[in-house]
Amino acid sequence: MPAATEQLVVKGLHVSVEGQEILKGVDLTIGRGEVHALMGPNGSGKSTLGYAIMGHPSYEVTAGSIEIVEPNGTRHDVLAMEPDQRARAGLFLAFQRPMSIPGVRLADFLRHAVTNVRNPDRKEGQELMPMREFRNELKAKMAELSMDTEFARRYVNDGFSGGEMKRAEILQLAMLRPKFAVLDETDSGLDADAVRLASESIARIGGAEMGILIITHHEQLLEHNIPLQTHVMLGGRIVESGGPELAQELHKRGYERIRAAYPDAAAAEKAMEESAKAAAV
Amino acid sequence: MSTATASPRAAFDAALLERIIASSSLPSWANDARRAAFDRFVALGLPDRRDENWMRTDVRLFKPQAWGLSGAPAAATAPEGLLAPAILSGDLAADSYADFERMQSPGSAAAAVAAGKLAGRLASVDGHVVRHELDSALVAKGVAFGPADELLASHADALRPHWFRVIDAGCDWFAAAHAAFHAASTVLYVPPGVRIADPLHVIAGISEGGVDTSHVLVVLGEGAEATVLTETAGGGVAGTAGGFHCGGTEIVVGKGAFLRMVNLQNWNTGVWHFARQKAVVHGDGRLQWTLGALGSRLSQVAQDVALAGRGASAQVNGVMFTEGRQHLVYNTLQHHEAPSCTSDLLYKGALQGKSRLVWRGMIKVDKAAQKTDGYQRNDNLMLSTEARADSIPGLEIEADDVRCTHGATSGRVDAEQIFYARARGLSADEAARLVVAGFFQQVFDRITIPQVREALARAIGGRIHRIA
Repeated sequence: MPAATEQLVVKGLHVSVEGQEILKGVDLTIGRGEVHALMGPNGSGKSTLGYAIMGHPSYEVTAGSIEIVEPNGTRHDVLAMEPDQRARAGLFLAFQRPMSIPGVRLADFLRHAVTNVRNPDRKEGQELMPMREFRNELKAKMAELSMDTEFARRYVNDGFSGGEMKRAEILQLAMLRPKFAVLDETDSGLDADAVRLASESIARIGGAEMGILIITHHEQLLEHNIPLQTHVMLGGRIVESGGPELAQELHKRGYERIRAAYPDAAAAEKAMEESAKAAAV
Repeated sequence: MSTATASPRAAFDAALLERIIASSSLPSWANDARRAAFDRFVALGLPDRRDENWMRTDVRLFKPQAWGLSGAPAAATAPEGLLAPAILSGDLAADSYADFERMQSPGSAAAAVAAGKLAGRLASVDGHVVRHELDSALVAKGVAFGPADELLASHADALRPHWFRVIDAGCDWFAAAHAAFHAASTVLYVPPGVRIADPLHVIAGISEGGVDTSHVLVVLGEGAEATVLTETAGGGVAGTAGGFHCGGTEIVVGKGAFLRMVNLQNWNTGVWHFARQKAVVHGDGRLQWTLGALGSRLSQVAQDVALAGRGASAQVNGVMFTEGRQHLVYNTLQHHEAPSCTSDLLYKGALQGKSRLVWRGMIKVDKAAQKTDGYQRNDNLMLSTEARADSIPGLEIEADDVRCTHGATSGRVDAEQIFYARARGLSADEAARLVVAGFFQQVFDRITIPQVREALARAIGGRIHRIA
C-alpha cells in the first residue's frame, strides 16, 4: 500500500566507523511534511545516522537500506548515490560542526549548491543560476531570517561563531529547500532567543513540503516544530517512539527510564563507551 | 602553436651574434652590450648546484647545444594567450558575488581597468615580432611602446641608462645568453606625468621546440602610470621537443609613478624557462607586480625589487599552479635601499601530481633604510601526496628601526571540507576547485585588475584534477 506522500525510508541500518559498529539496526520512516525528533544520550549514534543518510565516506553501511519512495511506489536507492547525488535527490544535512572553506564566499558556495540541487543533471562547467536572480532570492531569504546581507560575503564558516554557523546552515536549508532534512543539533551554540528564532525559521522553511528529522537534546527547537513522532536512540538503535510528550519527558527526566526499560541497548551503549575510551587511550 | 615546428636555427655562437648585429637596427651601444655579454657567456658554464641560487634547480638535462635562434617564426600569428582576450572580451564575467556587487555600485574599483580595450600590444613568435601597435593618442603624448629594434635608438636618452643595467646581465650563463642573444624585445617608455588608463599587452609565443629570448624594459617617468600585462604561450608539452625561454625583464618606476605589472608564464609543460626580472622603484613610486606561473617543465626565476627612494612601495604577488613533473623555482629579493619604504610579498602555490615548487625569499635592508616595513609570505596547498614544496624565507637587516616579518604555511585539502561541499550538491571536482579557488582568494584580492583575476582563476580551475 503506497503512502500518500514521498517518504524517506531507513530499514535495518547497520553502520560502522573504522570497523566499530555504531548503528545496529535502525528503522525510521519520514514522510514529506512531517517533523520527527531524534533524541538520545551522547554517543548513541544520532549524528552517525545523519552522516550515513548523507553518505559520508568514513561511515560504512554494512547492512540495511536507505530509500526515497515516491507515492507511486518508485524506489530510489540512496545508498547507491554519491553524497552530491543525494543532495540533488533532495536530501540535506545541517551539520553539527560545519566545515569552513576559507576564501570561498558563502554566496558563491551557495550559488553552486542551489544551481546543482535545482538542476540535478547539471555537469560542472554548465551555467550557474544567473547572479541577479540568485542575489535577489538570497537577499529575500536573508531578510526573512533577519540576517544581515553582509553575511553572504563572508567566507564559508570561516571565523564564524557557533551561532553564526548554525544560522548559515539554516540559510542554506532555506535556499536549497530539500525534500528531507536532518538537522543535527542546529540549536547547540545558540542562546535562548536565537533558538526561538531558529525554531520559527525552520517551521516556516519546512512547511508541508519538507520532511525533517531534528536531532536535539532540548525541546525548545521543537516549540514551533511539533514532532509527529519522537524517537529515542540508545546503543545504536531506536528503542522507543512516541509523541511530543516523550520529548518533554526526556528533557525533564533524562534517560534513566529508557536505560532500565531496554537493558540490551543500555549494555550496547556501555560497551561502545568503553571501546571509545580504549581507543582514546 | 604547438602543432607547428620551429624552422632551422643557428646555435648560440659568435657567428650567430654577428649575424644578429648585422641585421639589427639597434644602436651601436646596445650592440656593444651584446658583445660584452657574449664574452661573459663564452667564459661561463651552466650553473650547478654548488651555486646557492641553483641548489634546488636541476639543469643537468638541459643541453645548451640543442638550442639556438631560428631565422623565421614558425607561424605568422601569435597565440591568443589568456590575458588579452580577458581584457578584450568586453564585460566582466562577474563570476563572483563580490565582483557582481562591486559592479552594481557606479564608479567602483572594479571599473578601474575598463573592459574591452588595450592601449597597445606586441606579439612575437620564436623570437620574431609579428605584430605591434600603440594607441595613436599615446604616441602624441610621447609614449613609446614597441620593438626595441625600432625604439631604442630614438628614445636612447630615456632608455639607455636602464637597458641591461637594471638586471645583472653577467651573473650566470642564462643571464649572459639572454643579454647576448635577446630578440623580439619590447620597450615601454611613459613620459613624466602621463597616465595610461588601458593595459599594454605583450605576448611571447613559441612553436614546439621553439626558442624565445625576448627582453622587456619598462620605464615610467615621474608621476606616470601604466598597466603592463606580459604572457607566454606555446611550446611543446612534456615529452616533446618542448622549448626554451631565456628572458629578462627590467622595470624602472620613477618618483611618484605607479605601475601595475603582470607576468604570466603559461608555456606548455615541455618548455625550459629561465628568467631574470628586476624592478627599481624610486621615491614615493608604487609597484604592484603579479607573477602567475602555470606552465613550463622547469623554471628558474629571479624576481628582485629594489626600493631605491624614500617612500617607495612594492606589492609582489605570486600565483603558482603546478602539476605532473613540473619543477618551478623562485628566488625573490626585496631590497630596501632607502628609508620609509614598504614591500609586501605574497606567493601562493597549489601543487598537483609529482610537481615541485621552491620559493627562496630574502628581505635585505641596508643601513640607510630606516623605517622599513617589509613582509614576505609563502603559502602552499598540496593537492597530492607526491608533490613537494619548499619555502625558505630570509632576512638580512642592517638598519635598526625596521619592521620585517615573514611567514610560510603548507597545507592539504581537507576531506571533510570536500564532503561538506558535496553534501550541498557540489561534485567532488567542483568542490576541489572551489577549495583551491578559496586558497588563492587572498592573493586574488590583491590583484586590482579583475579581468586578470578571473583569467587566472579560470586557468587554474581548468587544471585541477580530482584530489587524491
